[in-house]
Amino acid sequence: MPNLGVIISLSVIFGGLAWLAYRSIKGYEIDRRVIFVFIGIAVSAPLLFPITFEEKATPIVERLFNRIDELPAGSRVLISFDFDPAMAPEVQPMANAISRHCLHKGHKVIFMSLWGTGQSLMTAALANDILPGFPEKKDGRDFVNIGYKAGNEGVLNIIVSDFRKMFPTDVNGVPLDSTEVFDGIESCKDLDLIVALGGGRPGPKEWVLFVGDPGNVPIGVGVAAVVAPQLYPYYPQQIIGILGGIKGAAEYESELIKRHERFADMPTPGLRMMGPQTLAHMVIMFFIIIGNVVFFMTGRKKVI
Amino acid sequence: MKRQIPYALVFLFGLFMVFQYFVPHESSEWAYEFLLDWIMIIGIFALALGIWSLFHLSVEKIRARKEGHGYSYITLAGLFVMIAFGFTARHGESWGFYLVWVFTYLMTIMLAARTLAASNEPGKRNMFMVATLGFLVATIAIAIFDDSWSFYFYTSEGLENSMWRRFFDFVMMPILSTMFSLLAFFIASAAYRAFRARNVLATLLLVAALIVMLRFNPWFPQMAGLSNWLMNVPNLAAQRAIVIGIGLGIVATALKVILGIERGYMGKG
Repeated sequence: MPNLGVIISLSVIFGGLAWLAYRSIKGYEIDRRVIFVFIGIAVSAPLLFPITFEEKATPIVERLFNRIDELPAGSRVLISFDFDPAMAPEVQPMANAISRHCLHKGHKVIFMSLWGTGQSLMTAALANDILPGFPEKKDGRDFVNIGYKAGNEGVLNIIVSDFRKMFPTDVNGVPLDSTEVFDGIESCKDLDLIVALGGGRPGPKEWVLFVGDPGNVPIGVGVAAVVAPQLYPYYPQQIIGILGGIKGAAEYESELIKRHERFADMPTPGLRMMGPQTLAHMVIMFFIIIGNVVFFMTGRKKVI
Repeated sequence: MKRQIPYALVFLFGLFMVFQYFVPHESSEWAYEFLLDWIMIIGIFALALGIWSLFHLSVEKIRARKEGHGYSYITLAGLFVMIAFGFTARHGESWGFYLVWVFTYLMTIMLAARTLAASNEPGKRNMFMVATLGFLVATIAIAIFDDSWSFYFYTSEGLENSMWRRFFDFVMMPILSTMFSLLAFFIASAAYRAFRARNVLATLLLVAALIVMLRFNPWFPQMAGLSNWLMNVPNLAAQRAIVIGIGLGIVATALKVILGIERGYMGKG
């Protein structure tokens, strides 16, 4: 049962849109500041009065989830945080959910970044969001943060044949040879799975081109929604699964909660942000419809 | 010779990189990896060049007193403050004279920029140069005698520096997030004006956009099938065509560069 706040905010948004539609039909222009106000309300109202949805994982998300779920404990998984604060609202929720999933399944996780800004986000996420939920996990034994290295595709080209050449130590200066996680890992070819999270360059596409294909390593990706369509040509052969935007993150979080009791109370920013995204999309669709109604009513002559 | 040698180097290394891909021999792979190390080195030089370029550009703006040249001071301050924070960290609870050091260090940079900007006015230039040297001496003295903090060039202690973290978390992150968030408003406004069913192609684009937007909407789960078809069939076909086209374009451009037909990288057109 939706609460009063939800009903009021939805009434304001859609009542306002109906009024705008009426005015448009009467021949009045819609100023762009009005559009900005409606988008502002549509995004902020569900944050003040949360609207939550039941999500079900689509096959493209479920495939990556199942791969992580079915890997035997102790498998080596690399998670690369290749994004900046601008992309973080979309990609950080999936990064957190996948990291938690891997740690819960007992995989040995290697965290790294090809973006300078990614290392900071990764370190903060590990310290504040991910590791507090796994007090039993030990740095070096269950996970290792090898940080950021400059060089973009050059870094990938090297670690596909030799990890230590590029990353002799972890982010704290501990030699990789002294970490249990790196026992038996010479290069990316020895990994069981790579999860590349990002959307810019270098990002998931570069991971496929420079590591996944040459090293024959399975790759799963999580990207900003606008980038997802560009990665479809690599699915399902070169990419085992794609999480696209907040929707992908929400589906993954929902699956994690459904299948693993431990995560019943975990923070779900992906699911929470589906509310603002859904309402904002609805508002944009209404404006498109209004624009077309006006366009046809004015005999297709009016160019705004 | 100034032009022939770079062309010859591009030709040789270009051909080598093409052929080594097809030679799975140990020595070929060693040479390939050796050359890849050069990318790192060139990348680091490019970073230094980028910093110099930004510094030079900012100084030029200050010198010419172009509109908004005051922002150049902020750019320089931001650049050098973050570099300083990233390479320093305190030992214990006290910061000692760290903030004084940051101030003198910043003043050194700003006055050095001002000295360069005043190169045509000898009186002013000398005054700024003396001030720069004064602050430089103070900066070095504090760095040497203050034991509360140290420089860390080889390890990541600097990234744990609370000053660096705060500037990153509370300045850089909100700025980048705000820039990206503004897109939602402009996209909405642009969609209202641009998505008009003017002709068949525009109508197709409009309908496809609406279907894909509905795909993200949990209130319309019945649209998932149609939307997935759109993504998996027409989108995939178009994306593959684009990827193959780009690939062929890259091959053609690479050949033109290797053979010396395309010389734009030399800055000569």
